[in-house]
Amino acid sequence: MKKYCYQNSRRQFLRTTGTLAAFSLAPTMLVKAFPIENAIPQPVPKEKITLLVNGIERSAEIDGRTTLLDFLREQLGLTGTKKGCAMGQCGACIVHIDGRRMNSCLSLATFNNGKTVTTIEGLAKEDQLHPLQEAFVVHDAMQCGYCTPGQIMSGIACIREKRAGSREDIQRYVSGNICRCGAYQNIVDAIASVQESGKTV
Amino acid sequence: MPALTSMEKNQFLENDSPRADAIEKVTGRAKYAAEHRIENIAYGVFVCSTIAKGTILTIEEGPARKAEGVLDIITYKNCPATPGYEPLLPDGGKNPRQWWGLKVLYDNIVRFYGQPVALVVADSLENANAAALLVSIQYQSEPFETDFHSARKDAAKLKASGTYSRGNAASLEGAFVKVSGEYTTPIEVHSPMELQATIAVWEGDDKLTVYDKTQGPKSMQGTLARLFAIPDKNVRVIVNYVGGAFGNALRPWHNVPAACIAAKKLKRPVKVVLTRPQMFNLTGYRPQSWQQLTMGADQDGKFLGIDHQAISMTARYEDFREGIVNASRFLYACDHVQTNYKLLPLDVSVPTWMRGPGEATGCFALESSIDQLAHQLKMDPVALRVKNFPAINPESKLPWSSNYLKDCYEKGKELIGWNNRPAVPGSKKEEGMLVGYGMANGVFGAGRGQASVRAILLPNGTLTLQSAVSDMGPGTTTAMIKIAADNLQWSPDKIRFTLGDSDLPPGPTQGGSTTTSTLGTAVYLVCEALKKSLQELALTHLEGFKGATATAIDTKNGIISWEGQRVTIEKLLIAAQKPFIEITKDSQGTNAQELKHATNSFSCHFVKVHVHPKTMEIKIKEVVTTADAGKIISDNTARSQMLGGVVGGIGMALKEELKFDHTTGQIINASFAGYRVPLHTDIPKTTVWFVNKPDPIINPIGAKGLGEIALIGLAAAIANAIFNATGKRVRDLPITPEKLGYKTK
Repeated sequence: MKKYCYQNSRRQFLRTTGTLAAFSLAPTMLVKAFPIENAIPQPVPKEKITLLVNGIERSAEIDGRTTLLDFLREQLGLTGTKKGCAMGQCGACIVHIDGRRMNSCLSLATFNNGKTVTTIEGLAKEDQLHPLQEAFVVHDAMQCGYCTPGQIMSGIACIREKRAGSREDIQRYVSGNICRCGAYQNIVDAIASVQESGKTV
Repeated sequence: MPALTSMEKNQFLENDSPRADAIEKVTGRAKYAAEHRIENIAYGVFVCSTIAKGTILTIEEGPARKAEGVLDIITYKNCPATPGYEPLLPDGGKNPRQWWGLKVLYDNIVRFYGQPVALVVADSLENANAAALLVSIQYQSEPFETDFHSARKDAAKLKASGTYSRGNAASLEGAFVKVSGEYTTPIEVHSPMELQATIAVWEGDDKLTVYDKTQGPKSMQGTLARLFAIPDKNVRVIVNYVGGAFGNALRPWHNVPAACIAAKKLKRPVKVVLTRPQMFNLTGYRPQSWQQLTMGADQDGKFLGIDHQAISMTARYEDFREGIVNASRFLYACDHVQTNYKLLPLDVSVPTWMRGPGEATGCFALESSIDQLAHQLKMDPVALRVKNFPAINPESKLPWSSNYLKDCYEKGKELIGWNNRPAVPGSKKEEGMLVGYGMANGVFGAGRGQASVRAILLPNGTLTLQSAVSDMGPGTTTAMIKIAADNLQWSPDKIRFTLGDSDLPPGPTQGGSTTTSTLGTAVYLVCEALKKSLQELALTHLEGFKGATATAIDTKNGIISWEGQRVTIEKLLIAAQKPFIEITKDSQGTNAQELKHATNSFSCHFVKVHVHPKTMEIKIKEVVTTADAGKIISDNTARSQMLGGVVGGIGMALKEELKFDHTTGQIINASFAGYRVPLHTDIPKTTVWFVNKPDPIINPIGAKGLGEIALIGLAAAIANAIFNATGKRVRDLPITPEKLGYKTK
């Protein structure tokens, strides 16, 4: 990984921020520029990857720094997977990688070479919605819709992992999916209804 | 195992249709601003200031310019002249169409920590992000102030922003019971899930298309036309979906002009998406506030006087004010009311309207004070509110267009089980936890603005309605289809509502709980006109309809019928030799004075909490939220909006607080890890109930507004329930175990 990083030592960074804090108490001061002597851009590595995305083989030569999320959205045009924070804190970008749920913003695309990825676009079969998509419609488990794909991908995994045995369990095991409109109660209702129906997810 | 879906049955599901855009949203097909695919797009990333106040001395951008894929670095030094940025016109006169607020990349002045000072544009997001780290900026820093509570104590720093007085300020002196308290609320940030995003595409020098996250495509069109001094018709703003906003997309933020300026300079489409940390600093927030509320009552509980003082923060470079003290003037009958509101400018970015702007903060103080008064009078808090119910609006002296708060009280008490409320705070336990019940009211103005809607009826009976609005999540599309379907008595399946494009007939900006009232009225009028047009066409062109009076002709279900004769729309259009029918209708706005009535929506929230007697951990057990919002148009989406208000209120009461490091002026918790928002696990069983009686005055559809009152009052209801459980009144949000007296050893 080292070769992908700009060489800016941690110590130097700390020294700079330390300087900033100390100086800000003074009435007027010059803030030292961020030290850039060592921050020389390195050549960006390109890597060739092949993934099975929603059943379709996708090959691309990509920038080694590209996250799986940005690869899906910016390069494959699969924008159903949402970017809410890009720091693994909101769950909007959850996809299934080899069947496991994962924040796609925290995974570099190259890490997923040879893997199988399912996104929200891969759930419905032709015009037939996935049972949890259907339940989200029926229970109005959304408002703005932006967190919805992540909630659905997470909800499916929650049921598959057998973590949907009680409302409290559902709440706990999808608690990594933030919804600011506040559709939480309806989302849990939707997941619970699919769990109760016994349908295969 | 108990049934999983037994929480609150969504009683509306059986008789209501699903959200109109639900399928698009659950399949991932709904396209948000940043998701439009544009050929040859470049990516812009902001470099933000690392001081809170001062000037830029030098910008070292050499290494960044040499980095891979970098196309340009735009700073105040090379930012192209932009007409709307100029304070003066070429003839020396003042520019009346100047950009509102901070002009990004315009000058070398730093006004707050994290202000964008450069835009790095590259051929990929990765390259732009990497190059942004290489831009090195030297500043001349100046003393700054970000600490609201230390600054507000210096009267010289405050800016008067309105006083109000009726009756006698001395009325409180002889009160049987008097309560007074200081209430403080922190900065709260909207933090919608969708990041603020703009894609700008120029065609030549004077034609601009913008894909933007905005609550007002039409207003954005005008703003951008002024910025670049081009005609409105040369600017097209597209916003098919808005991923939540709660007020923060009411105005353009720095990403909008920056993307447009960069795209014009580079002659290439540019996309600028803010990062999550930037969302906490660059898209407005609910300002930090201090309030002092004093009120008194006679021994029967009649309010003798209210004195409400408030201070809220704003930016040094722009004033932002909201109606913090307003509800105290009219929510209850009281002859003697004084309010005073002041602003405190600090070296921070500017606040903006956030769901329930002003009233959410003000009602926390007002409704907590009334609860305290009720406690001291040994009265039931609901009974005290009924005692002071205002027959008319005591501020404007106008009668209410409708006010069914008393219905809310009755139903709310029944649904929450109010008779289980302990009369003595802290006296009741359940499962080892202290139990408390609380309630509080919310109120917000119900407005009606101007809107225009076009109706296009095709021979196959499909009706398309169009207006340049956006839908940030409440379900505007769904509600408009419902209004048209009810008015025409047509199946909703035959009706579409198109929005999200500034080229459509002008619609309102979505905000202030007015969209349904404003836009719905225009939909109603265009449907009325359509019916009339169908009747007239039938009369003129259909043989069998001779002798009918126009109004006797029925148009139900898209069939034109009169005395046993039935004609399809297709046949009618053939007879009339028209390929389709197109009608556009304007609906003029109105106001309380014109209506001779005070128009408001009301809510009343009931909350049951558990508090652990040792750890003081707070668990909300149940919420019943009731509202008088006039006629409910779309049951399903209206219920969801109320549920959302409860979640927002829980965040305000127990979790959300943006914090500064006052030694650097920097925000220290600008992420979802540091800024605590409500999660799935925080959400109790919630029941929604609507009065659902049409308002006879405000508009022909009878609907008032819903978005704001869903949240306003919630924080006080929770605080009051916590008081009832523990006997401790916390007046500083958010309420935490520590503020209830829990001490870590």
